[in-house]
Order: sequence, then structure tokens, then C-alpha cells
Amino acid sequence: MEGQELPYVLIDCIGGMHGVYEDHVGFLQKHFHLITMKEYLENKTLLSKKIRAIYMWYHKPVVNKELLQSLPNLRIVASSGVGIDHLDLNLLSSFGVKVSNTPFIVSTDTADLGMALMLASSRRLVEGYEMAVSPDTEYFPADWLGAEVSGATLGIVGMGTIGYKVAERAKAFEMKILYHNRSQRKKEEESAVGAVYCKKIDDLLQQSDFVLLAVNLTPQTHKLIGKRELELMKPTATLINISRGLIVDQDALVEALQNKVIKAAALDVTYPEPLPRDHPLLKLKNVIITPHIGSATKKTRRIMMEEMTESIQAGIAGLPIPHEVLP
Amino acid sequence: MAKEELPGVLILDIGGTQGVLENLAALLKKHFHLITMKEFLENKEEMSKKIQSVFVFECRPTIDRELLESLPNLKVIGNSGVGVDHLDLKMISSFGVKVTNTPHAVADPTADIGMALMLASARRLVEGCQIAVSPDTKHFAVDWLGVEVTRATLGIIGMGSIGYKVAQRARAFNMRILYHNRNRRRKEEEEAVGAHYCEKMEDLLQQSDFVMLIVNLTPETHRLIGKKELSLMKPTATLINISRGAVIDQDALVEALQSKVIRAAALDVTYPEPLPRDHPLLKLNNIIITPHIGTATVQAIHMMAEEAIANILAVLNGQPIPSEVFPK
Repeated sequence: MEGQELPYVLIDCIGGMHGVYEDHVGFLQKHFHLITMKEYLENKTLLSKKIRAIYMWYHKPVVNKELLQSLPNLRIVASSGVGIDHLDLNLLSSFGVKVSNTPFIVSTDTADLGMALMLASSRRLVEGYEMAVSPDTEYFPADWLGAEVSGATLGIVGMGTIGYKVAERAKAFEMKILYHNRSQRKKEEESAVGAVYCKKIDDLLQQSDFVLLAVNLTPQTHKLIGKRELELMKPTATLINISRGLIVDQDALVEALQNKVIKAAALDVTYPEPLPRDHPLLKLKNVIITPHIGSATKKTRRIMMEEMTESIQAGIAGLPIPHEVLP
Repeated sequence: MAKEELPGVLILDIGGTQGVLENLAALLKKHFHLITMKEFLENKEEMSKKIQSVFVFECRPTIDRELLESLPNLKVIGNSGVGVDHLDLKMISSFGVKVTNTPHAVADPTADIGMALMLASARRLVEGCQIAVSPDTKHFAVDWLGVEVTRATLGIIGMGSIGYKVAQRARAFNMRILYHNRNRRRKEEEEAVGAHYCEKMEDLLQQSDFVMLIVNLTPETHRLIGKKELSLMKPTATLINISRGAVIDQDALVEALQSKVIRAAALDVTYPEPLPRDHPLLKLNNIIITPHIGTATVQAIHMMAEEAIANILAVLNGQPIPSEVFPK
């Protein structure tokens, strides 16, 4: 038999707004024979049996029942990022296909962005920038003020890896840290960041100046923050979301922001992404929205790619898969 | 005590866009007989003798020789804020008048703004917001990337109170911290934040991913960062300024940003403020500018007034002065 062929891995496309990064291709091609969706569709008969893995970069290619049925030798779908709410885990499992994500590498960048949003919102950074560069600005008014982050109370909803890293950072700003989680963290972990457990989310909501959402999206966390929760928050409080748009009841949020039930919101995630261009959230003055950039740094994306490569190699070889996601 | 018996303090005005904020004026009135510039000018003869202090807020009123000559009982200029580069310390001293500032109140909020600017610049937050709301946005591109803050190298130029608080915050982001200062800090202070002293500023400039300026403006720090310093920085580096605009040679900065000698800049301060509307810095897309908001929080403004009041009272009562500023 000739030298082993590299395993065939299906990707959506290379480059452009949605594809696998051009500067990642070199590394990937050392390990895999990449097949784009276009190439696959043009040559299904030959390629369908060869494809052993799918490299799912930012939710593409979309994996549905039809695709799974036509890839008899598919062993694993490696998904980029930590969220897996876009995958039908039961469907994949029913085809005997394993799933992996990249849960830890995204955590520091996402925690950093959470801090960035909290600081930008509290200090009115985007508004301030617009004033600094506006053609109409003649002077900087003395009565233009934001609110202090240092010494304020931060309530973290979801104290997983990302939530904990936010707590570590917030501690350095001498923030008082409350957290709500499915389970309480170990005492040493709490002490290290000075975090106080709130078994009831209501307690956290009522006491926090900043409420930061760092949970997974699951049926239990869907619309976790709705009208009731927003009303429990202080009228001077800011809601920060770095999880998934669906954690928040967006209509309730619009209303709360319009009626100043809460002071402001800072969202890296919405539902959908992007929002329709006529969505009320885009018009509110007391909201800042970023385009889901929690893990959007060169270094992190590179490491994500490398981790996905490792997971695919393990999946194809039948070895224990790093960062496997179980249904 | 009747209002007129309280020591007279001159202010520019109450309210409006440039005057002392109303709630601060209320604080001041607890201790002082506030006299606005208008009241003073309308009744110089009577008012001039009453004024024992000037409360300088947002650099106003301007303290010039003429004003000093007309206030025979002036004892202290109580400045709100830490920077005193707008005051001619030698001239004021020659009249036997003391100057005080508010270094404690400014430290936390200014350190916070330094961190906010660093994070916003690195993660392209302002650009991102524009994309998120732009009518032209149909999809979010997945190849749209910023640079990491965690574990990057931060070079702090000026490790005073504010610089040290920045170091404390940056440490929590696992940043590697270098600093350059007139004097080296004590070992325990360095170790507490993991900061490494760079005796030569050049070393700091060459190794840093983020360079943050947190110095006073003095003749020595005027144009501290010029063409030479910018070209020593990494082409992937970001310059952050939370000191005074004149610490940077702005023309050199424009050139460096245009030619991608450095990656980006984030400035809370410029010279002048605001910049002329046709200034090249306003047109660059690798810069964010904020309108000198380092202490622009409800809490800080209040604390600054209290700190200034305490300083003024100490001078008038002949007690130890918490934050006196001396001419060099």
C-alpha cells in the first residue's frame, strides 16, 4: 500500500467572511486533506465515503440529517468555540458521530471582553469617542459624567471558567463580587476572588451594580433574564451579556431599557446575530452592542484551530477525544 | 456661622457647561462663602478682600498675575484634579500663595479609564459597535479579529499612584508588566504587582505590546514620546495616553499611525482639548479618543471636591496640608 493518505475532512470554504482562515490552511493541510463543501457537492460519489471528519468553523458547514446520512464514515464533528447550542447532539449521537468543542481557550479573551464591555458602558466610552471626534464638538462639557467601576458590585451569573476569570479581573478593581451558579464553588476558589455565593439569583440581581451573564445556553437558561429579573435589578444597574442572546428575553430588555428600569446594557451576543437593522435595540442610547467578538483574537483562534485538529485526529483514530462534548 | 463669615472662595461660576457642578457648589457652601467671577468683577473692592482661596475646577478660573495682584488675602489655590500644568507654580508662589491638588480622588477612576482604553483598543470595541449597528451590516465576519490583552506585555511610563493602580489591575489579566519611572519602586511594591523596572525607557518601548503614559506634565516630560520613541515601539504595539496631550509629539504620532509604525493609539488627552475639527488624528481609523474623562464619574467629582475642600481648610486653619504642590 502506498504512503497513507491524509484523512479527508469536510470544511465549508476557505477565506472570505465565513471561511476557514487562509493562514490556518497550511497547518491544517499538514494533517488533513481538506474538502470544501463545493468540492464535495461536485463529487459526492467519490468523496462521501472518504470524509472522516467535519471541521465546523463558526457553525459552518451546517450539519443536518441529510448530510449525516450521506457521510457513512464520518467519525467526528469538531466545533469551534465553546457554545454547542447550534448542534443537535442527539441527532449526531444517533449516527454514532462524536462532537468536540474548544471550551477553555476562549475563556480569557471572553472574560477580557466582559471587562471591556463593563468599563466601556460604565464610563460611556463609545459616546465619549463620538463626542471627541464629532464635527459639532466645540468644547468638552464639565457635567458629562459616567459611573465608577472600581469599588462597585458585580454579580456574575454563571461561575464557570469564564465567569471565574471575570471575577479574578474584577477583584483587581476592588469590586464586590457576588455570583450565582448551579452549584457553589469551593471555599478556596471563592476566597481567592472574594466572591460571595447567592443561592437565589434574586439576591444577586437586587444588590448588583453590574450583572454579567456567563452561562451556557441550555433549556434551563433560555430566557433566564426576563421582565421579572430586570425589575429586580437596580435602576442604576447595567446588564452585560457575553453568553448567548437567548439567555435574555430581548423584548423585555428593550422595554426595560426604554423605561429606565435598568440603566444600560452591553451585549456581545444577541438573537439573531446580527439583529435585523430595524430592531429597537439598535436605536437605544443606553445600549452598546459588539458583533460577537468574545474570542476574536488572532492567537486564540489559532489555538482553537490547533485544538480542533487534535480532536479530529483523536476521533478518527478512535482514541479519547480532547474536549469531547457528550449528549 | 453666617455665610459672610465663612472664608471667601472664588469660583468661575455655578452650573452651565463650564461652571462648578451644582451639587459640588452645595458641598463647598457648607464651608465657604462662594463668590463667582461675575460677583467678584461687579464688586471688586468689597469682594477682593474676602477671597482667601480659589477653587479651580476644570482648569478654571485662569490664575494670572492680574488676578493674584487683586486678591490681597489669597492664601491657597485649591485645584480639583491632580494635574497642575495649567498653573504657573513659580508665579503663584511668588505671591506667597499655596497650591493644592487632589491626587487620591483621581487615582482609581483614571486607572480604570487606562484599562478601558487598552481593552477597547485591543479588542476594537468602538469599531465593533459601529459594525453591530450599521445599516449596511448583513453578517458578522468571522475573520474580524483584535489582539489579546491577557498575557500581553504592558509598559507603564510613570509609576506614581495611578500607574501603580493600573499595574494592580493589569496583573489580574496575567499581563507582563514593565515600568519606567524617575525612581525605582521598593522591591515589595514591585513584587506585589509583578512589575519589572526598566531603567532605560528604550527597553520598555521595545518590549511592550501596550505602552501606557501616566506621568505628570513637566518640562522634562513634554514631548517625552516623539518620533524616536514611536519607532522603538513594536509595529504591533498600542500607545495609551491618560496623562496630558503634550507628553506626546502629536505630529509624530499622526505620522506613526499613518505609516503603521505602531498599530494603534488610545488617547484620553490631547493638545488642545478638543482637537481642531480638521485635525488628522480625528480621521485615522487606528485611534480612539475620549474627551478627557479620566475622572468623569459622579463619585470621583464628588471626592475631588471633598479633597480640595480638606486641603483649602487645612491651609486656612494652619494645619498640615494633605496635598500641597511645590514649584520645582
